[in-house]
Amino acid sequence: MTRAGLWPYILRRLLWAPLVLFLVSLIAFALGRFGPGDPVRVLAGQHRDPEVIEEIRRERGLDENFFVQYGRYMAGVLHGDLGTSFRYQGLPVWEVIKPRLWVTFQYNLVALVLVFALGIPAGVWAALHQGSWRDPFVIGLLLAFAAIPVLVMVPVLQFVFALKLRWLPVGGWEPRELFGFLELGILSKNIVIPLLALTLPGLAGVARLVRAQVLEVLGEDYVRTARAKGLDEFVVVTRHVLRNALLPVATLMGFALVGLLSGSIFLETLLGIPGIGSYAVEAVNARDYDGIMALVLLTGAAFVVANLVVDVLYAFIDPRVRLGAEAHA
Amino acid sequence: MTTAAAAAPAAAPAVPREAPGFWRRFLRKRLAVASLVVIVVIYGTGLLAPWVAPYSFRHQDLGNTFAGPSREHPLGTDRLGRDVLSRLIWSAQTTVIVSACSLLLGGLALGVGLGLLAGYAGGRADNLIMRLGDVLFALPDIMLLLLITATVRPRVDAFFRDFERWSGIGGIRESGAPDYVLIFGALSLFSWVGMARVVRSQVLALRESEFVLAARALGASTWQVLVRHLLPNVSPLVIVAATGILGTAAGAEVALSFLGIGVQPPHPSFGVMIIENAGPRNMLAHPNLLFVPAAVVGLLLVAFAFLGDALNDLLSPRRR
Repeated sequence: MTRAGLWPYILRRLLWAPLVLFLVSLIAFALGRFGPGDPVRVLAGQHRDPEVIEEIRRERGLDENFFVQYGRYMAGVLHGDLGTSFRYQGLPVWEVIKPRLWVTFQYNLVALVLVFALGIPAGVWAALHQGSWRDPFVIGLLLAFAAIPVLVMVPVLQFVFALKLRWLPVGGWEPRELFGFLELGILSKNIVIPLLALTLPGLAGVARLVRAQVLEVLGEDYVRTARAKGLDEFVVVTRHVLRNALLPVATLMGFALVGLLSGSIFLETLLGIPGIGSYAVEAVNARDYDGIMALVLLTGAAFVVANLVVDVLYAFIDPRVRLGAEAHA
Repeated sequence: MTTAAAAAPAAAPAVPREAPGFWRRFLRKRLAVASLVVIVVIYGTGLLAPWVAPYSFRHQDLGNTFAGPSREHPLGTDRLGRDVLSRLIWSAQTTVIVSACSLLLGGLALGVGLGLLAGYAGGRADNLIMRLGDVLFALPDIMLLLLITATVRPRVDAFFRDFERWSGIGGIRESGAPDYVLIFGALSLFSWVGMARVVRSQVLALRESEFVLAARALGASTWQVLVRHLLPNVSPLVIVAATGILGTAAGAEVALSFLGIGVQPPHPSFGVMIIENAGPRNMLAHPNLLFVPAAVVGLLLVAFAFLGDALNDLLSPRRR
């Protein structure tokens, strides 16, 4: 397969992205509008009278046809207007989400880095100990961590490290100012439990792929040559094996990000972290239509982009993917 | 082999023909055997809940709250004086119902059905089904599950209310059935994709094989080819996918109930038990109320992971 096949493939994947987002937004919009509960009544307060409610309804365009509402909302989104929050007294959704997005982004990014920084050595180590009890032990342990849900892991960590040992705070988020403009919450001790709870489950995926890759590369002729030349084993592993084994691991990035974001919902609910995960639960419970839409669109876009990047990476690395895609497209 | 028996391997891990000595090799994997035992015990307890649970999940004894272990209450009682052991057993029943129904609807009906169709029909049907699967696979499923269960609940509730009135059968809503239907229905929307992919790829490989061509030449209908000839031959990997669906559904039910949009109190779920007793103050005062259900959930999901891993090792052709 020549390189020429790559661009049509990428283009085809790119064309899919808006379609997927369109479908998701339509479904989410419909679910929000046809769902129960009436945020207008909440907004109007306790002493609501019907006229006020009608007024708000008209103001927000909630008295119109579903497709008109959807069209107007999406037109706004395309112009950067994510709508108005009901939950936070008419604040623009973007204003509600922006600080929360920053919070979630910070610790997810650190967790993502940790997943790879710890997962790769773990995988290499397991591969180098194939045949001994250490390999299945480490891989099994990581697999167990991956299976334990965040909502079980977090209470255990809280109980041990915060309540019994008193090493860490039990939850919360403490931002510190850096350089006068950067609000970072990842500098305080509060971040340790969230990072542990997010990183531990993510390790298995990376470690297993790395292990499989390393084992495959270890069998290659050029590794035997390198060893035959009398190269130090450390040099063989870092220079010859890792360089060739790690390329496919990059494709796990999108997958790992997805896992982290899902975990954030439970993490933030349990630990009281003001990120988009806790807002998602809040918004669904409060029927904050526009907030829900914004979150679905944002996470949907993140997922689609992550998948796209992974697909393209795969296509770069493995030409067979392009061939296969053309065969059944 | 009759058609009925041929369909069975998909549900029960019967000995697949393609893997000789399956049980012997399975029994050698001690961790996998232990995992299977854990799953069987928890599911068995859940199935037998009406007979083995000492108390009803609603039974409250407000004069005896937060009691420690005793002969009447082996695991103590919670803040409403409900027997913790009984709540656990009934929660296991919730797990069994939701995950088994997800497997039947999402995995077997939708997954195997659409996979067979996509693989055998090919062309436009195949494209449509698999692209739909790609879309669902690319979505933030937890966000959509949150949204679906929160917004569709009243409609499911109303449907069951009307049904009770129309049919004269009472107690359906009382039994918690609408919650279960809602949860496994929503989960099934997402869980068919993996199964359909597995079945489709196997059917693609088998479609042009000689025994299928022979059957067609003998005048077998499409339906007969699918059910009699293709279905029995896709079994081993279906078991791996089915184990995955059971584990995922069990975990998702706990997660949704934990967030308050799954099983509604007073109906029991591990997720409800965990959220009711989470938080630093509860945790310090009555750690057992939180950590006993948490341990069961952890144990069950880890067992599913180990079992799935071992089955994948044993049944996927590449690794053998």
